[in-house]
Amino acid sequence: MSSYLELSARQRIPHIFDASSFEEFLAPGARVVSPHLAQLDAPVSFDDGVVVGRGLLDGQVVFGAAQEGGFMGGAVGEVHGAKLVGMLRRAVDEGAYAVLLLLESGGVRLHEANAGLIAVSEVMRAILDVRAAGIPVIVAVGGANGCFGGMGIAARCANTVIMSEEGRLAMSGPEVIETANGVEEFDSKDRALVWRTTGGKHRYLLGDCQVLVADDTDAFRAAAIAAMADAHGGAALTLDGLQAEQTMLKRRIRDFGDADDPLEVWRRLGVPEPGAVPMLEADAFLAMAAQHRAGPGTGEN
Amino acid sequence: METLHFRFDAGSRPLPGAPQLVGVVSSGNLEVLIEPAALNGGCEIEVRTAANGFGATWEAVMRDFHARWQLMDTRICINDMGATPAVVSLRLDQAVESVTGGPP
Repeated sequence: MSSYLELSARQRIPHIFDASSFEEFLAPGARVVSPHLAQLDAPVSFDDGVVVGRGLLDGQVVFGAAQEGGFMGGAVGEVHGAKLVGMLRRAVDEGAYAVLLLLESGGVRLHEANAGLIAVSEVMRAILDVRAAGIPVIVAVGGANGCFGGMGIAARCANTVIMSEEGRLAMSGPEVIETANGVEEFDSKDRALVWRTTGGKHRYLLGDCQVLVADDTDAFRAAAIAAMADAHGGAALTLDGLQAEQTMLKRRIRDFGDADDPLEVWRRLGVPEPGAVPMLEADAFLAMAAQHRAGPGTGEN
Repeated sequence: METLHFRFDAGSRPLPGAPQLVGVVSSGNLEVLIEPAALNGGCEIEVRTAANGFGATWEAVMRDFHARWQLMDTRICINDMGATPAVVSLRLDQAVESVTGGPP
């Protein structure tokens, strides 16, 4: 067993893809670095914080990317975003079996302002174009920096989101909420609160992520293989699918909109001991969640 | 930011493999890109560091590195965010070992 959380983006690739199968596009030796950071006299990275390329996953040709959370929190700058978009477009051109995104990002790289914002919106569009071509997009979130901001939205554009308990997925990050709305609204230093609000277990119980795994590279790999096979044939976004999602979100705000803590959400879902959820190991959690997870019909009546 | 250049001649070991990148540009850390290059037998190192004014320390660390490995026809490029000398040395060794597959 090898921790996914502990690895760098570059180390994750060979653990997830078939051995020695990954071919990187625009490898670090090409030195395609951020032009904006240099202007700000800030350090650059030779891969601009993301590895993109093409490899094999369980023998299938799968395009992929891994964001490096250690470099500027995995934030998306112009080059970083362009690498993601180029890889996604090439996946369509070459008829990939699936695309696997190992995301770890705080969202837009604010140093790059509009260029970063445009880059993230282009990533979202490119993900949807991949799906429209019938190619499943699978996202894995299990790094220490979580997946926030624009990349949080991008993650939810995928067919399947795989998370570990340690992974986090949200729009605004904890510090952003605290800064904007005050510590009474959200205490970003309360780590238990942060994880039960944005962490993998809560996302799984709410249905925002479809697969929860232990923090283990083999578990992520196995889940990615299963997810791409499941999504094959039904990868495209449909109007029915969007309307079902909208209905689910309406139900969520109706059923849980006044809850001020995920513990209350879990209680309303019927979880017998909400306070014990954070301590459950992945297997025990999944067994419990199977009966209480918000499904398509939750709260219908 | 400060950019430093070092060149060492008199090396004896060419680099056998493909370019490798190790490390991450994060606080107290650095990335090292190492690649074979036709440099008339030299080993050239370019350092871009966020910590200004540590040229003498960098030079000492690089001299030690060259004494350990004796590389020739090798280009090394470093993006640094304030790594300590010990971390720099470890990353440099890791970079070479990622190409050669083992210690000297």
